[in-house]
Amino acid sequence: MNRIKQKLQENPSKKLLSIYFTAGYPEPEDTVSILLELQNSGVDMVEIGLPFSDPLADGPVIQRSSEAALKSGMTTTRLFNQLENNREAIDIPLLIMGYFNPILQYGVEKFCRKCSEIGIDGLIIPDLPLEEYQLQYKEIFQQYDLLPVFLITPQTSEERIKEIDSASDGFIYMVSTAAVTGGKKGFGEEQKKYFHRVSKMGLKNPLIVGFGIKDRETFQQATAETNGAIIGSAFIKQLNDHGTSGISNFIKTIR
Amino acid sequence: MSYQVNEKGYYGDFGGAFIPEMLYPNVEELRSRYLDIMQEEDFQKEFRQLLKNYVGRPTPLYFAERFSKKYNTKVYLKREDLCHTGAHKVNNTIGQILMAKRLGKNRIIAETGAGQHGVATATVCALMGIECVVYMGEIDIKRQAPNVARMKMLGAKVVPAKSGSRTLKDATNEAIRDWINNPVDTHYIIGSVVGPHPYPDMVARFQSVVSEEVKKQLQEKEGREAPDHVVACVGGGSNAAGLYYHYLDNEKVNIIAVEAAGEGVLTGKSAATSALGREGIIHGSKTLLMQTDDGQITEPYSISAGLDYPGVGPMHANLFRTGRGEFISITDEEAMKAGLDLCKLEGIIPAIETAHALAIFDKRKFEKDEVVVVNLSGRGDKDLNTYIEHFNL
Ligand SMILES: Cc1ncc(COP(=O)(O)O)c(C=O)c1O
Repeated sequence: MNRIKQKLQENPSKKLLSIYFTAGYPEPEDTVSILLELQNSGVDMVEIGLPFSDPLADGPVIQRSSEAALKSGMTTTRLFNQLENNREAIDIPLLIMGYFNPILQYGVEKFCRKCSEIGIDGLIIPDLPLEEYQLQYKEIFQQYDLLPVFLITPQTSEERIKEIDSASDGFIYMVSTAAVTGGKKGFGEEQKKYFHRVSKMGLKNPLIVGFGIKDRETFQQATAETNGAIIGSAFIKQLNDHGTSGISNFIKTIR
Repeated sequence: MSYQVNEKGYYGDFGGAFIPEMLYPNVEELRSRYLDIMQEEDFQKEFRQLLKNYVGRPTPLYFAERFSKKYNTKVYLKREDLCHTGAHKVNNTIGQILMAKRLGKNRIIAETGAGQHGVATATVCALMGIECVVYMGEIDIKRQAPNVARMKMLGAKVVPAKSGSRTLKDATNEAIRDWINNPVDTHYIIGSVVGPHPYPDMVARFQSVVSEEVKKQLQEKEGREAPDHVVACVGGGSNAAGLYYHYLDNEKVNIIAVEAAGEGVLTGKSAATSALGREGIIHGSKTLLMQTDDGQITEPYSISAGLDYPGVGPMHANLFRTGRGEFISITDEEAMKAGLDLCKLEGIIPAIETAHALAIFDKRKFEKDEVVVVNLSGRGDKDLNTYIEHFNL
């Protein structure tokens, strides 16, 4: 069984904590040690960011980490090499989150095959929307048991949320706010209403919230009526400040 | 076979809408409404009226007699340089500002490289009294100071794009990020036939006034609507799309697309996308794209800021792949010389972008009685500094 599904089913009431980090940052060979550190700190799931030159849904923190990773020589092939033979030590679900162009260059089929060989469970490709996915790539994802994760936002219509729900088979990535990653504002009434509204829609997929979650308070707000939350920019910021040795302390401050 | 967009938003293998979900409501609203809005009588009336009285259309189709004599063929110049603001860009911004109003948007964002599209956008925003924010690469802001000042005089806010390589592609990224952050009240006026569907088609339709006029004008002058060749420079490809538009499916008309070779196609300092690009995704569109083997978008180079884009509109990618278009690349040096030649031969100072299109006559022969229409996409005032430096004027 796909590890994401397993994780979501084994304890449905648990609020999952998921972490995003950019592969190859701060140092190209940090990927595996960060993954181990996250797993040991009790993180439930990880999104490994595939660095891209033009990350247009990301704010400055993730942009800079991508730029730095690329500059120090991170590539798709290098990431795959790092992850090879590590699936015994790391048993939490792993997703790759990346923009579509590097995947297209690698070859979508070859990319998916490689992901499945090294134990990647799902893909989040922000610029591969539902329509294009269904038009050309759905069969390939299914062939390799990779769960596609689609995003919804406060502006997504109910009708489209339902469409995305029926095309998804893992979880729905609920973007908290109309903003790129790394928002600083915290959550207000508007977000609470949105979390509430969508959680009451009776969707078949669990909801995991991302964008703008940075501490215990925002984690709790985001997960009050959903199944979990993803921390990205705030995690990278802590890597900037404290390096990989600060990881477990950071996770403790969240839950 | 048609070279126009299909109902899924593709030109052959190219196009589509590869956008993050955050942009979906805006892009989908535009997609579902743009054709209806453009066909409204009231929209057409206002669009035509502004093109005539504000932009100064129709622009002349000028028979370049001395230029023709030099190259022993019949060359007509479509004088987009005579448009208000000095280039074809304004045809699109007039159309899009009217579109934005009908979509109920009250804030405009745009990207710009050389500043021509930024100026054209700031201009129509001033005309309509709408807030305008233009993203421009930090490096381009330094290179194009007069256009930055123009935008400011017109009331626009110019925001430096400080990410990535700090040029046009990054300005476009920043504009897209702004749109993600402002999903309700804002319309993004993209500056060329690039971006997610329906942008390439919408911009091509607004620019198609160029070939609509050429058809009529050529009928008067030559007794036929269609020339033998249509020639345009291609950055993103909007002036080219405008000139090709009504001839796309008439295969008797040869389409010539001119790209910037920079210092030479193989020097590593080039913007010749058809020669150097591979299929990829940039700014929401599947198209030909200059990139590394790992799929990272690379920085193009051309002396002309308006051709300095690592991709090309999906219409043109399809013209290249299908062989419908003939693609020629022109170096900085060749373009600069052709620009100066036109000054001396015809008394017209062309934009350096446009000079690339003119430079093909030194490389490619045409028959004596063939009719060649070149899109004179813009005037060279904005490029005086480059001309001065290059020729020690
Ligand atoms: C005069 C002129 N011609 C051509 C271009 C290139 O753009 P496009 O390929 O969209 O026509 C520009 C862009 O700034 C321009 O200013």
